[in-house]
Amino acid sequence: MMGLSASTIRQIVPALSLAVLLGAVFYLQPRAMSYTGLNLLFNLAVPIALATIAQMMIIAVNDLDLSIGTFVSFAACIAATWLQTDPLIGIAMLAGAILVYAGLGVVIYLRDLPSIVVTLGMSFIWGGLAVLILPAPGGIAPEWARYLMTSKPPLVPMAIIASLIIAVIAHFIVMRTTFGVLVRGVGGNARSVERAGWSMLAIRAGAYGFAAFLAILAGILLVGLTTSADANIALRYTLLSIAGVILGGGEFVGGRVSPVGAVIGALTLTLAGSFLSFLRISPDWQIGAQGAILIIVLGLRLLLNRAEKREKGQ
Amino acid sequence: MTEIAQRSAVVAAQGVKVHFGAVKALDGVDLAIMSGECVGLVGHNGAGKSTIVNVINGGLNAHEGAVSYSGQSGQGIGFARVNGVRCVFQELSLSPNLTVVENTRIMHSELTGWNWRAKALGIIRAKLDEMFPGHHIECKSTVGELSIAERQMVEIAITFATVTEAPKLVILDEPTSSLDAGLARQLMDYVRTFVATGGSVLLISHILGEILSTSDRIIVMKDGKVVTSRAAADFSTKSLVEAMGSVVREQTRQTRGANASDAKPLLEAPPRRGHGLAFKAYKGEVIGLAGLGGHGQTEMLLDLYRGFSSDWFPGRDNNVAFVAGDRSLNGTFVLWSILRNLSVASLGALSKTSLVNADREAVLGAEWKKRIEIRTPDMGNPILSLSGGNQQKVLFARALATTASLVLMDDPMRGVDVGTKQEVYSILRSEAAEGRTFLWYSTEMDEIRLCDRVYVFRDGAIVAELTGDNVTEENVLAASFTGEAA
Repeated sequence: MMGLSASTIRQIVPALSLAVLLGAVFYLQPRAMSYTGLNLLFNLAVPIALATIAQMMIIAVNDLDLSIGTFVSFAACIAATWLQTDPLIGIAMLAGAILVYAGLGVVIYLRDLPSIVVTLGMSFIWGGLAVLILPAPGGIAPEWARYLMTSKPPLVPMAIIASLIIAVIAHFIVMRTTFGVLVRGVGGNARSVERAGWSMLAIRAGAYGFAAFLAILAGILLVGLTTSADANIALRYTLLSIAGVILGGGEFVGGRVSPVGAVIGALTLTLAGSFLSFLRISPDWQIGAQGAILIIVLGLRLLLNRAEKREKGQ
Repeated sequence: MTEIAQRSAVVAAQGVKVHFGAVKALDGVDLAIMSGECVGLVGHNGAGKSTIVNVINGGLNAHEGAVSYSGQSGQGIGFARVNGVRCVFQELSLSPNLTVVENTRIMHSELTGWNWRAKALGIIRAKLDEMFPGHHIECKSTVGELSIAERQMVEIAITFATVTEAPKLVILDEPTSSLDAGLARQLMDYVRTFVATGGSVLLISHILGEILSTSDRIIVMKDGKVVTSRAAADFSTKSLVEAMGSVVREQTRQTRGANASDAKPLLEAPPRRGHGLAFKAYKGEVIGLAGLGGHGQTEMLLDLYRGFSSDWFPGRDNNVAFVAGDRSLNGTFVLWSILRNLSVASLGALSKTSLVNADREAVLGAEWKKRIEIRTPDMGNPILSLSGGNQQKVLFARALATTASLVLMDDPMRGVDVGTKQEVYSILRSEAAEGRTFLWYSTEMDEIRLCDRVYVFRDGAIVAELTGDNVTEENVLAASFTGEAA
């Protein structure tokens, strides 16, 4: 009968790996199977999920952003200082950052620059600005961000609800709206989008600007969780976000991305850390073990894709 | 006079000149396309057909001269689109990661509103049903999952589709290159009905029969100029080819003596999918794989290729070469020079102690440039500076330059002009006489007729084997359609 389509498999594998990992965590630590347990497992995943969606927007137009980590740190530093003391100035700074990001998208396209190089350079600028704003760890989270991240909705913990909301909204914007179709179209075949009369500049600026908006949101929510900020607070987000996109079924080129998958990928990566702690693997080995989990999941996807292709051939 | 006044020019170009560096792509082109006419545009590779198309659709600005749309002059893709000019490009230009519906949205910016998906689905489905009755294309699937013929059908249907305003001029650049005879027929029938309702079509094709039967008027281009523009009825295949400047060579069939059946075949394969005929290839044969497009010929070639080379150390023994049909997908290295693209398959033979001998590489390049007339001032130029047909020639030379005894060809003559084809055919014959074996999947009957032996494919299996004088259009068609209701 009908085989599963490639896109369905792409969606199922991330969800399946998350379920397996979650099962393993519950087996090792049954007490995690509670409201508080789940919240603790996943609350750090919320900002990572947002950063992953941001990275996904960049990957959707066939670019790669190596400055997401420092940019989220920069946003977190502003959130813990200016946004707290002078909200208007803080908002203006963040809006300016979004404009800079949109400008980057335009410059990368106009000058035909490699996005990796440009964003790598920008990562030092964002890092430097973050240190200027907050030379030593500190600052105070805005009240509302704190409230949002520590709220305790009935029945389902905040971390789960937030992840769901992020996934649904991102799916709607990227997969259903015209903006999303155009962004993915640029990734798939930029020339045909251009020939159809669309402005490449506007689409790319939009994708980069939207990514910046999401990254800023990630920074604010991160500060809401940690209550204070640090210029290096989110450095590892760069690689986590890339891994999350790929883990979630996205591909580096061709505009093949999945917002729901990206959120699941971010959750899986966060959970992998906890899983290894529960296994009592020493922190020295954790990064390597996390990499191994990544390789296993990606290998699984490759195998399934191949099986699906073979099925189609017959 | 009243006739002319009523039938205003949809597009008129006057004295258009375009040059890329020293190369004059267009050297003063005048042409006008009236509403309600189908204009055929023919010419050699590099005659300037694609360039004039790009000028008309607004993608390229003329360095001299002007283009006017329905009497108004302007520039840019947006302006051309507003004036109802749409284009189906030679290379497929859909986004493979999007669904058919989403691609429709990209091509039609006027598809707005919250329910654009439903609207687009209705429009594209109706158009496909109208143009290609009996197609089996699921409009909600992503384009990447469709076959190359289906993608071409989708692109053409999207281009003809009407959202708010019907297209006035549709430019079809090699629209049937991936379609089999039946689908091409359906498309040409649709073009006629479209023209009858007042639309205009600019049809570019290397299949002269198509041009002759479908167009009202034929424009012949050569070296960046329009050399002839006359009613289609005034042309025959022969006079058209003469106007393009290539000489019609009589295709003498070298009927080869039937291979002694006791000779050991170079290659054998069991029947595919458990039914049909087995496959055999002897040394020095040109074997055609015929049948309707997409009935398992390409898969057969790929399987043979895989069987010859190991997955881990591919191409070590250099015994088999492959000429790709979809050159942008798996043919050209777009960032490399023409020479690199040509020599990449023979680097093993050109190198000593793992270092490539640049002099020998250059000699190889010069030899093949001369032999198949690659039109470029310098083999060091990027491959994309060549016209489509010339790129395909380079791919062909890549395979022939190796020492491979078996050459697999996956419809390699897509978009190659008649003159070049003749040259390649003669090279092919001489190579076969020297003992090379060619496996040739082709969608064009003229090419199939050149083969010594032909296997006809249907539904993934070989249904007939034709040899010698039995290789005729009727026999191939009969075998392709056996058992199917008319």
